[in-house]
Amino acid sequence: MKKRLCWNQRTKTLILLAVAVFYLAGVAVWGLVGRESALVTDFSRKNLTPSLSYLFGTDWLGRDMLARTVTGLSISIIIGVCAAAVSAVIAGLLGVAAATLGKKVDAVITWLIDLIMGIPHILLLILISFAAGKGLTGVILGVSLTHWTSLARVIRAEVLQLKESTYIRTAEKLGHSKWRIAKKHMLPHLIPQFLVGLVLLFPHAILHEASITFLGFGLSTEQPAIGVILSESMKYLVTGKWWLALFPGLMLVLTVMLFDLLGECLRKLTDPGSVHR
Amino acid sequence: MEEKILLEIRNFSISFTQYERGLRQKELTVIRDLNVRVRAGELVAVVGSSGSGKSLLAHGILGILPYNSRCEGEILYRGEPLTRRRLKKLRGREIVLVPQSVAYLDPLMKVGRQVRSSRKDAESKNRVKALFRQANLPENTEDKYPFELSGGMARRVLVSTARMGQPNLVIADEPTPGMHLDAAKQTMQAFREMADGGAGVLLITHDLELAVETADRIVVFYAGETLEEEPASAFMQEETLRHPYSKALWRAMPAHGFASAPGSQPYGADRPEGCIYGPRCPEYTCACGAEIPFVPAGEGWVRCLRCVEQGEGGEET
Amino acid sequence: MKNLNFVLKKLIRMLLLLAAVSVAAFGLVSLSPIDPLQANVGQAALGSMSEEQKDKLKSYWGVDTPPVERYLNWAKDFVRGDMGVSLLYRQNVSDVIAVKLVNSLFLLLFAWVISGVLGLALGILAGVNRGRWPDKAVKVYSLTIASTPAFWLALLLLMIFAVWLKVLPVGLSVPIGMEAESVTFLDRVRHAILPAVTLSITGVANIALHTRQKVIDVMESEYVLFAQARGESTWQIIRHHCLRNILLPAMTLQFASISEIIGGSVLVEQVFSYPGLGQAAVTAGTGSDVPLLLGITMITALIVFAGNFLANVLYGVVDPRIRRGGERG
Repeated sequence: MKKRLCWNQRTKTLILLAVAVFYLAGVAVWGLVGRESALVTDFSRKNLTPSLSYLFGTDWLGRDMLARTVTGLSISIIIGVCAAAVSAVIAGLLGVAAATLGKKVDAVITWLIDLIMGIPHILLLILISFAAGKGLTGVILGVSLTHWTSLARVIRAEVLQLKESTYIRTAEKLGHSKWRIAKKHMLPHLIPQFLVGLVLLFPHAILHEASITFLGFGLSTEQPAIGVILSESMKYLVTGKWWLALFPGLMLVLTVMLFDLLGECLRKLTDPGSVHR
Repeated sequence: MEEKILLEIRNFSISFTQYERGLRQKELTVIRDLNVRVRAGELVAVVGSSGSGKSLLAHGILGILPYNSRCEGEILYRGEPLTRRRLKKLRGREIVLVPQSVAYLDPLMKVGRQVRSSRKDAESKNRVKALFRQANLPENTEDKYPFELSGGMARRVLVSTARMGQPNLVIADEPTPGMHLDAAKQTMQAFREMADGGAGVLLITHDLELAVETADRIVVFYAGETLEEEPASAFMQEETLRHPYSKALWRAMPAHGFASAPGSQPYGADRPEGCIYGPRCPEYTCACGAEIPFVPAGEGWVRCLRCVEQGEGGEET
Repeated sequence: MKNLNFVLKKLIRMLLLLAAVSVAAFGLVSLSPIDPLQANVGQAALGSMSEEQKDKLKSYWGVDTPPVERYLNWAKDFVRGDMGVSLLYRQNVSDVIAVKLVNSLFLLLFAWVISGVLGLALGILAGVNRGRWPDKAVKVYSLTIASTPAFWLALLLLMIFAVWLKVLPVGLSVPIGMEAESVTFLDRVRHAILPAVTLSITGVANIALHTRQKVIDVMESEYVLFAQARGESTWQIIRHHCLRNILLPAMTLQFASISEIIGGSVLVEQVFSYPGLGQAAVTAGTGSDVPLLLGITMITALIVFAGNFLANVLYGVVDPRIRRGGERG
């Protein structure tokens, strides 16, 4: 019974990983190939409710909502991946710096983290987007610069803990060089943490990217990211065109959930303390 | 004789399901085939070094093991199986636990209130004060939070929890470490008094010396198994002991030269086949590689082929 | 004395953080290639301003003045309560914020209280019943909501209750075309229900999930084991030990959630065209109304930090380990 449970946990992670990779690849390819069809307007088929030929329906310009949703997702996912990666790198660098470069650096970085966490996230995104003169760069910068805080804390704590651990102290006493200790003893522990952090950052990044574009910062209507699509369709909701908002949003939720679950599973796998459940 | 037995533990085992890194899963047996009996008015000490799974024995009896554990065997209380339902009715009233450390006290509740549990009347408040005075705890200890107590004070508070009611069976888990010798002796005396008052006391400890002084019978516990059970008097001399490990324990006592036996206690998965003490035993023979039964010998019981072969084996009582 | 020091230390820390936020926020808007005066040059606001006001704006945002000087000009007035003039609303920023904040406050407080109370209750329910169906239900709910953007949830509720069922109004805090005076309290409430509910649904999920983890930690603790061994029933354990030990983390959680609720309100107010602080922030951002944007940033940061400060002080009052100066004091 227990054995099956444990096997399930592992299989679950593998399946999720496969699904996530497949999904990412699928959306990216479809988004690139189908970008044209997402922009095709055809007034002979406008405002169609979802049917077999148009699964997600069509909008007020007769654009196929399915194609638009996938294109939008692909844009959002690309931005999300980039921003999460940048954020994770910042988190890694600052986390390690805080833990190794002495008390002053640590205080400054901790301070910076508190500062960023003190401003409501969306407001900070608005500020950064404004600083970058709005547009796509503003969105990417904003999402990248605001998501590293929690992972930086995790990495900092991990490095501090590792520094205090007996085997690293032993290695130091044995006269191993700092570089060798870092490579041989620290990296193997940090890299899984870092990768899991990266995967867990991604859903947040994509959620905030969608939010900020929804508010009208950043992407223009020619770049129909999910936020833009939902923002546009909001005007048509009152007239009862529910499918314009339902399906793109649902796809966004599913995407976020997929990576959230994947991240959680990976975290459980790499964290030996929590796996015995 | 038989009806006086308060607690009888038969062939009791506790195992855990654990996952290693990468989710390999394994079954870890921490207590194997344990047999202990406690009669009313008797103080039985289970002696073993740390890491032998002693605490889990206490938790197992009281049904508070973690959810990923599994118990096998029988626990009889007053001759009847101690089912979960029965246990729920009895614990805290007839059966009490004296836990191991300050971590067993709620960090945010004053200790006086914790000792009283849900009782709020003046009488029990006075009782707490009296108990604390008896345990040589300073005035106003009842208004202190656990973090304000020293380790020794915390233990005395924990012992007091058992004396609030009129328990029939006391299970004490390592009640003395961190105490001064005087305080430790005093604590042991408290348990002796409880036993003399008619309660059965099962005392789990690593301190053989204190156990020999106060207990009626001593069970030697090693890596989750009972190796020998003898009247405390048998521990006065090395010769009256049977199992090589008991003898090693005897020799390790400060009064007898502090001689520690080579090797260390096997842990969980590293358990050897056959006799658990085999790898460290000076008298190991190839016959010891088989399953060793726990058999009566003289006034006690022993789990050692060699002791039985020598014809010391007694009859089933 | 010790306690006073503790409070003072936290207070100074909070003020320093606020100052840092002001520098960071001012720095960010100064970095922007968008010149707020230029961007709003066609706006009636500038035209109707007095020379004095225009000079003031230039001393804050003018391209010719060095940034440090501009910051000092702005900060000096800000500390005195003069936040400048909103370029879009043609009013003092402080007046705009006052009106919007009052509108938002109802939403924020409602969501804050509901998510706190309900989140705590659900978290305890789940944690105590770990692995059983109430736990699974709470977990599914929390994880789903965590993956759902607040604005889409708002859109869904809008579609269901305002468009489809037509039981609640679509947007705006008062009916369109109605004189401000004739708006009854009930009207306001009716318009605030959907945004407030959306915010609560999101807030509950987060608090429930975190409370659940804390409850699980407590229920696995040695002191709960001992309480069980002493014959306390589950209900007694919850009452005596669980609530007591969950209170402190719950408090931290509750005050930490302020920031998230304000963040959520920005999105939700936008969907429901609710004229609160959040919508004003978006308008200020898209309309390059820098004075207003900065004012809102500072006010929200002040609220968030004040919440943290309060949580810290309360912690010191409630936690005996700090109050009586122990390991953590």
